[in-house]
Amino acid sequence: MSPLLRILFVVLIAYPVTLLWLGINVRHRERLPLKGPAIVAANHNSHLDILVLYSLFALRLIPRVRPAAAADYFLRHRWLAWFSRSVVGIVPVARGGARRGNDPLEGCYAALARGEVLIVFPEGTRGEPERMAQLKSGIWYLVKRFKGLTVTPVFLHGLGRSMPKGSFLPLPLFVDVFVGKPLVFGEDKKEFMRQLNERFTQLRSKTAPTAEPSAEEKHHA
Amino acid sequence: MTAWLADPLNTGVATLFGLILLAGAVTGLLTRRHPGRRYTELKLRVRTWVFIIAVFVVAIAFNRVVGVMVFGLVSFLAFKEFLTLVPTRRVDYSVLIWAYLAIPLQYYWVAAGWYGMFIVFIPVYVFLFLPMRMVMIGDTQGFLRAVGTIHWGLMTTVFCLSHIAYLLALPDRTMGPYGVTGATLVFYLVVLTELNDVAQYIWGKLLGRHKAIAKVSPGKTVEGLLGGVATTTLLAWFMAPWFTPLNGVESLAVGLLIGIAGFIGDVVMSAVKRDIGVKDSGAMLPGHGGILDRLDSLTFAAPLFFHFVYYLHY
Repeated sequence: MSPLLRILFVVLIAYPVTLLWLGINVRHRERLPLKGPAIVAANHNSHLDILVLYSLFALRLIPRVRPAAAADYFLRHRWLAWFSRSVVGIVPVARGGARRGNDPLEGCYAALARGEVLIVFPEGTRGEPERMAQLKSGIWYLVKRFKGLTVTPVFLHGLGRSMPKGSFLPLPLFVDVFVGKPLVFGEDKKEFMRQLNERFTQLRSKTAPTAEPSAEEKHHA
Repeated sequence: MTAWLADPLNTGVATLFGLILLAGAVTGLLTRRHPGRRYTELKLRVRTWVFIIAVFVVAIAFNRVVGVMVFGLVSFLAFKEFLTLVPTRRVDYSVLIWAYLAIPLQYYWVAAGWYGMFIVFIPVYVFLFLPMRMVMIGDTQGFLRAVGTIHWGLMTTVFCLSHIAYLLALPDRTMGPYGVTGATLVFYLVVLTELNDVAQYIWGKLLGRHKAIAKVSPGKTVEGLLGGVATTTLLAWFMAPWFTPLNGVESLAVGLLIGIAGFIGDVVMSAVKRDIGVKDSGAMLPGHGGILDRLDSLTFAAPLFFHFVYYLHY
């Protein structure tokens, strides 16, 4: 885990791809956490998601912002594992580990204990573009362990269209980023997940602006 | 100082910054007069104008290569905004990547000053290549709409706008003490088109009674259109001796052309936005909307102005 490599990754890859190639419109950036421990929960459509999310944080915070990612996918061979850990800075999560008696969230607990900002994709996997999958409840266990922790929902729109599964070059398109109001822990797991889901639905509803022509339509001179 | 100001481009740029200072002062005055209103939109718009003018000055101040790069980037942003706005088919992902590739190539022809290629590349080669590529993918559902969408986007945001850049590739003319260069032509075209937008807006606000084209753009009035075109024509005639090779009659005609074409470009883009169901084309330019909201008039004015001047004088 080298902070220098991670900063270079953000400056040389995340910024150019996100700000130049794509271009982002961020709504309510001020709702993002400025320090850890905190959780940012985002929907997941493409590998670009993490680049966009990194570009939202101040550079000096980057060494302390880390995404939770599937160990079986991102650590599947030596070079990818090195890249995922040292350059991207993932916190590996062993999917299905619970059945073997290990807590898959071990790494996440450790990261939060170090005061880091943890990015999680509660859908678990990239799915159909712009469609939310069932949220996984691992996030509730994280908030339960660290009382007072906030979960900031972030809805990314347009990335699935820019880089559908199986493609290698992102199509240049503007991307919308909607940051929601932070959520705090609630004892009832189902209720907590329902609230989180609702935040995402709410954010998502803002992506399709239906333009009713107002009485005095605005001119742009 | 006087020697510096004698160059029409310097005077022109200084005037632009004077105008923007004036706009800022008027905004400040309005805010003080009406403490209840915040004029956020107006303030943002003026601030964004400063940025737009700065980028524009960079585009014309150096040389053809710098200018081509700036206008190429503008086309890229405009095409990207267009594609973000319009629905496309998922199967056309690779076709769209090809469509983007047309941008650097088109601007390369401009930088090289290769007129023949510049003028046929998009309407012939690209417009025929992309449908072939789509046929190879094989999905015929929504085929015509998809072809039309991509073609229209490339036509307006790349082909039409690249005509501004090609003015920089025209040979210099020795007329008057400073001569007419590509940069003076670009200045003339872009400033007149943008001022035409502003003038139509102001005349419309002051005298607007009769809607010009209610179904497409309810804010546009006949009074705004006529006042704007008259203002632009007068200004075109006044500026022509310093910035263009046009004579008196030609400059009046070109003023009319820019005024009317600017209006049409604006309402055509409005029709596209209305079809999709959005009010602004994007959010790139605070106070203005998207970059297409600022370039819409130029998509029509640029090629028409270019060919008018090219036919008569080059």
